[in-house]
Amino acid sequence: MTAETTPNLRLDGKVAFITGAARGQGRSHAVQLASLGADVALVDICREVDAVPYSQGTEHQLDETVALVEGTGRRALRIVADVRDATAMADAMKLTLATFDHVDIVVANAGVIQLKAAVDITPADWSELIAINLTGVWNTVSPALTPMISRGAGGSIIITSSAAGVKGPPNMAHYSASKSGLVGLTRSLATEMGPHSIRVNCIAPTTVDTDMVHWPEAYQLFRPDIDKPSRADVVDVFTSINVLPVPWILPSDVSNAVAWLASDESRYVTGIVLPVDAGTLLK
Amino acid sequence: MNGELQGRIAVVTGAARGQGRAHAVRLAQSGAAIIAVDICKSLESTPYAGATWEDLLTTVGTIESAGGTVQAISADVRDLDELCKTIDGAAEALGGIDIVVANAGIAGGAPIEEMPPEVWQEVIDVNLTGVWNTMKATIPRMLQQARGGSIIITSSANGGIKAPPNLSHYAASKHGVIGMMRSLAVELGDRGIRVNTVHPTAANTDMIHNEFTYRMFRPELPNPGRDDVVELFKSFHSMPIAWIEPEDVANAVAFLASDRARYITGICLPVDGGLSSR
Repeated sequence: MTAETTPNLRLDGKVAFITGAARGQGRSHAVQLASLGADVALVDICREVDAVPYSQGTEHQLDETVALVEGTGRRALRIVADVRDATAMADAMKLTLATFDHVDIVVANAGVIQLKAAVDITPADWSELIAINLTGVWNTVSPALTPMISRGAGGSIIITSSAAGVKGPPNMAHYSASKSGLVGLTRSLATEMGPHSIRVNCIAPTTVDTDMVHWPEAYQLFRPDIDKPSRADVVDVFTSINVLPVPWILPSDVSNAVAWLASDESRYVTGIVLPVDAGTLLK
Repeated sequence: MNGELQGRIAVVTGAARGQGRAHAVRLAQSGAAIIAVDICKSLESTPYAGATWEDLLTTVGTIESAGGTVQAISADVRDLDELCKTIDGAAEALGGIDIVVANAGIAGGAPIEEMPPEVWQEVIDVNLTGVWNTMKATIPRMLQQARGGSIIITSSANGGIKAPPNLSHYAASKHGVIGMMRSLAVELGDRGIRVNTVHPTAANTDMIHNEFTYRMFRPELPNPGRDDVVELFKSFHSMPIAWIEPEDVANAVAFLASDRARYITGICLPVDGGLSSR
């Protein structure tokens, strides 16, 4: 950890609200922010989602995240909620404020992917990805705005977009549309919240080594030439997407960017798209 | 010191004062040994005084008094031979180059019909060719070392992303370094050398706080001063600030220089209070 020589990275006394926290990037963000001193509210749907071909986080995994956060000495608030449900998300924010008094940091991370040729995407597929990835972020962020504004202590909102929200890979028209939408949301909110010193930024990761990437049909799409490809079989294809010689990055790499954006190290950074993408946007 | 950049060596150009000094001091705080480069004289076209050798010694003193290691070099980024020779000597003595912060730059301003070709040329020579010279003076050694590295080039929010009037030379140079950065990021990625740009808004340095800038922004006043431009500078930003501090840019540079950003390459990182996203 770098906090010893980077005192402005510390988040002591801060409260963070994180969605998609049961596992993957969300869990990593929660543990990183807690290790820097923040108390965290941990939100996850903890059940399966129709259009999505890989399994979602579970209540057991959310419990594990709680334990990891508490292991750092900080407090965790466990909330099972669906980001598509605006009322549930407003209640989740209310519970967070009742428990921790205020909120300083929102990490709108929950998201899903489905890989399909555009001609095969059904109206139901489209609606579900937009509902979770785009409207779900709005449902996460909007309940935090009024409390942050009235408290008058600023804040940092971090939205997980994607490299696919900046350029257009095939077989993910709905995903790319939802993640591009988040860039617009980030910029407009940044302009509107700027006078209140509430910063709004998004991150654009390349492929991250989580369950969102590692499932049989995804492997098959990237290696149509072999039967039942394994993780090892897709390493070269994923590496070819990036400029740096890595197939994917780790959740902690994204968390390092989230922590920087959450902290006073970036106190005048707002409205930006921060790629953590091993250079994929240049390819 | 025992920071995240312990054992690394960083070249910083324009290190005598302003943003360059902040970068040198910040990277040294994180444990890096610094090669601090500055021209240490005034330039013909620049409407404010250049840094001095004494300024560079102040940077050195700040780093050394905190227990850091630094070598000061007086060199002109326009002079490739001088730059290579001086940086080579320092890198040899310190043990290589891991981080490059190509920060040296100048600004001015004039409508195209009034801008002399010499002014155009000098801004391009310093801000664009000077950055390329800095790359040329450092990257070959980094490749030979084969231990990766991080290169950070100072572009601009106003001049590198937006396009204000009367800055055709400055904007061309600051947009130009983005192309250089992107090409080098792709070229050097497989060798583990990352290349990125930072895009600061107006920083609280001599580059904006001078009579020329005040007069450019408030031509209707007989003797405009710092207080007379605050509201105007505030109007550029979403956040309620007129300008940022050099240290705010240094925090971004330190992030990109460190392993916290180990898979970040080819990006433009604005530190601009929302100037470019409005």
